[in-house]
Amino acid sequence: MDSPAGYINWAFISISVPNLIVIGGMVLVFALALILPFPHSTSTKSSKR
Amino acid sequence: MSESIGTEAEVPSWTRATRDFIGKRLPLAHFLPDRQPAYVGSWVYVFGVATIASLAWVMLSGVILAFFGPQWWHVTGLGRFVNSVHFWSVQALFIFMVLHLWGQYFMASWRDGRAPTWMVGVVIWLVMIVTAFTGYLSQQNFDSQWIGVNAKDAINSSGGGAFFNVLNFGQMYGIHVMLLPIGITVLVILHIVQVRAKGVVRPIEGKGRGA
Repeated sequence: MDSPAGYINWAFISISVPNLIVIGGMVLVFALALILPFPHSTSTKSSKR
Repeated sequence: MSESIGTEAEVPSWTRATRDFIGKRLPLAHFLPDRQPAYVGSWVYVFGVATIASLAWVMLSGVILAFFGPQWWHVTGLGRFVNSVHFWSVQALFIFMVLHLWGQYFMASWRDGRAPTWMVGVVIWLVMIVTAFTGYLSQQNFDSQWIGVNAKDAINSSGGGAFFNVLNFGQMYGIHVMLLPIGITVLVILHIVQVRAKGVVRPIEGKGRGA
């Protein structure tokens, strides 16, 4: 925990592994939010349940 | 006095003007809707609510930390737990806020008169960042001292050092626990009212589909 994080260097881009994991996870969650079906109410067409 | 009761309709009144202003822009059915358009049925719309839920945890844990003080949150087991809740709920807050930003950006949700809603969201984002910075300065440990010593050079180079001393714990703590939370609360309420007043933006229509 007290040791510095590892870094990934690619051309002019330098990013720590923890930051890359968080950003990758956010992109994944965003993609899943677009793909996964949202649970709809069973009374979609009726005005009252 | 008594004869004014039946003829008050024509009398100018701040109360009536305010009531009419709110009634036109935000009727109660819009403010507290029980149904939403079908296109709102997507997980993308959950990110905004998740951001508010995270903010609620930040506020709750922050109030407890402010009540018991730095020694409590550094030394006792419960204090360290609440301190951790405060930290991790902030992480969740920023993650959900950015996901909410991505969703609204890609659906161009500033359309159809919603630009002020977008702009208030941007301001909330900026105020949140300043709040997080002052939070890091308010930890009362070596980490906050190190951040403060480095941050003073950045803020001095911008000219902000004439107004803010990031090495002054009292100033940073006061800003963090009082001024900025009040600003965020007001802005978030305004943001929600703006969303409720205009409703959720319609999806961008694809080619060949009717409006």
